[in-house]
Formats: sequence, structure tokens, C-alpha cells
Amino acid sequence: MYFNIKKTLDHFSVDMEYAFDRGVLVIQGESGAGKTTILNCISGLTIPDEGRISIEDRVVFESAKGTDIPARMRNIGYLFQNYALFPNMTVYQNIVYGIKNKPEYKEKEQREDLLNYADEVMETFGIAHLKKKHPDRISGGEKQRVALSRAIVTKPSLLLLDEPFSALDQQTKETIYQQFDFFKKNFQIPTILITHDARESRMFADVRILIKDGRIIEKN
Amino acid sequence: MLSPIILSLKIATIATIFSFVLGVWFAYILNKKRVPGKNIWETVLILPMVLPPSVMGYLLLIAFGKRGLIGGFLLETFDLQIVFTWVGAVIASCVVSLPLMYQNAKSAFISLDPIYEKAAQTLGSSEWKIFRTVIFPLAWPGIISGIVLSFARAIGEFGATLMIAGNIPGKTQTIPTAIYFAVESGNTELANRLVMIMTLFSFVLILGLNAWLKKRNYIGRQG
Repeated sequence: MYFNIKKTLDHFSVDMEYAFDRGVLVIQGESGAGKTTILNCISGLTIPDEGRISIEDRVVFESAKGTDIPARMRNIGYLFQNYALFPNMTVYQNIVYGIKNKPEYKEKEQREDLLNYADEVMETFGIAHLKKKHPDRISGGEKQRVALSRAIVTKPSLLLLDEPFSALDQQTKETIYQQFDFFKKNFQIPTILITHDARESRMFADVRILIKDGRIIEKN
Repeated sequence: MLSPIILSLKIATIATIFSFVLGVWFAYILNKKRVPGKNIWETVLILPMVLPPSVMGYLLLIAFGKRGLIGGFLLETFDLQIVFTWVGAVIASCVVSLPLMYQNAKSAFISLDPIYEKAAQTLGSSEWKIFRTVIFPLAWPGIISGIVLSFARAIGEFGATLMIAGNIPGKTQTIPTAIYFAVESGNTELANRLVMIMTLFSFVLILGLNAWLKKRNYIGRQG
């Protein structure tokens, strides 16, 4: 994937360019550095002022040509900082929500495959027993796993994780770290993880960039 | 005594259906989209709440009268007369209850965390599907408040209804107009009965709504 994003907001501006093929790219920076803006531009939730974004060689945004594929058609999985699980739906309804939007879902055989895959993912993350519960009835760690499952069951081309561990207490974090490590090794989805935490950055990054005031200050 | 009750229920129900559709639609469009002249639209929608009923009734008479812009058109094209019919009462009730529906739906929509809408977008949902599966269900407690208050307002509508629909027993006479003319003609027994029914009905409606909202308690479900 490749991104070249220029975006001016009220208090600061973002100007970044980067390319990576696989694994986990960690974007590390303090709050207000422009981390979430980058993810929102890549996902299509925010329109950059200028630039070009391509995912798996498909151009999803290019200001020069007026290309701007809407968020719903970019095939990106997004795990939001506060998880954004729909409170009016059960865990299972949350997880299959994205699957039901896929064109393949209309065909019976493929529908079964998609739903079986959702069951598989839920088993893998140990949340199958929570199927019928609403998000307000499960713990923070469980919410995180449900949100991650929801983001990956649609088999996205790219996964975006916005501070996925920041809302968890230290003890839960350690468990979730192990699960995330398992996810990283087994699912092989190109991922951009943003965090302010240097330890998380070291733990999960295949490639790491440090950003400050909307600019890349270090790559390694 | 039964006729004005049945007619009031019929008029208020139909008026509330229209208020619901229009109120929710305007609340969504004006608060979720960039609409030119948004403040003007909003002021026009809320105006019936602050204008005296007689002014509203007069404006409706001008618009829906035989020589009015809409009334004239309906009469010529569909041979449909609005003034002094129950349809006129529905229009009056709908116009005065619309601000309540709009305000409640608006509050419900703007209090929703936009993160849910964003999450649904990244999960491949169209705008209509997001509205149907996420926004509307989450805004439902506020919308149901709007429906109940609109119905209560519609069933109690008097001034504008009297001006556009009159007080024809069995045809346009609603509970409020029946009470007024019962008092005028000294029929206090009928007035007392209708006042009791009206008060009891409104009391039960509001009590039921509050109980339902407390039970539902959506605040605890955000997350």
C-alpha cells in the first residue's frame, strides 16, 4: 500500500508519504501528531486536500485525477479507539454486519462460507460464547476482541487499528497483546497500527515510523 | 359523545403519521447534510409552535381555501376541498405537531456519537442502510418521545382546527371543539365528561412514555 497525504485541519496540518507491502506498519506519535487523521484519510472517512492513496495497487484516492472511492467501497477493516460497537446490536449482529454488505452474501453457498468464517474467527478469538450479548454487557477486553473480529471477518485488504490497546487496563493488555501476536502471525493482513506507546510499537512493528506535528521524523 | 372521540383519534393518528415522516426526514436532512438556508428551513418548521393558533389557522385558510394556492389547485385538479372537512383538521394538527416531532428527532440525531456512522461506512454500508440499521434504532427513544408528544399535541389541537375545519358534528367536530361548544351552550355535563377523558388520556400517554424511556435506558447501552 502507498499513501501520500496532505491535509490541513484547524490546528495543524499533515504531510506524509509512505509505502509498505505486508506486515504491520506502526505509526507512533504523541496525541495531536496527526495519527488518526492519517487513518481517516486512508479509510475514506476524511478527504485529503491533496495526494494519492493506493491499496493493493488499486488507487482509492488521487486528487490530481479527482478519484475518491467512498469508505464503504475501500475494503478496509477499521478498529476504532473506543471500538464503536453498535449498542443496538448483539455481538454476533455486530460481527456479521460487514459480511451482510458484501455482494457475495446474496448467493446462498457463499453466504454460508462467509458466516462459517465469522464463526471460525469468533472461536479463534474466544468470543463465541458472547454471541447473544449486547456490547454493554461485556468487558473492555472482550469488546476489543469483538471489534477486531468485526474488522477482519470481511477479509479486508488493509486493517487499520487506532490505539487498540489504550482503553484497556494493564492486566487485560498483557492478555490482548498475546492474542494480537497470534492474530499477526495467523491472519497475515497488511496492518497499520497507530499508538503513542513505544513498547507496543517495538512489540508489533515490522516497520515503524515516528511522527510529530503531522510529519514523519524517523523511519526504521 | 362518541363521535368527537373517534374523529379526534382518527385525525390525531393520521396527523402524527405525517408529522413522524416529515419530522424525521427534515431532522435528518437538516442536521446530517449541508443544506443551503438551513436556519430558514428550521425557523419555518418551528414557527407553528410559537405562533398563536388563530394566526396558524388563518394562514392555513389562505393556503388551503378555495382561492388559496394549494386549495385552489386541489379543487381544480382533484375536485378536493380541504376547508370544513376532516382533512383540513388533519393538516392543522399535523402543522402544529410537526415542531415537536422535529425537535425531538433533531435532539436524538445530534446526540448520537458519529463514530457509529463511521464504523458502518467502513463496514460497507450505504447511507440508507446506515440510517435504517444504526442511526434510526439508536435515535428511537428520542423519536418515540416525539411521536407521543406530537400525538398529544395533535389530539388537543383547537384554534387552527376550528378555523380551517369548523365545528360540524359528526364531520369535523373533535374533542376540544366539542368541549368549547358544550361550555358555550351550557351543556356542562358533556363538557365535564370530555374534559375528564382528554385529561386521563393525556396523563396515561405521558406516564407510559416516561416509564418506557426509563426502562429502556439507552444511556447504559452506549459502548
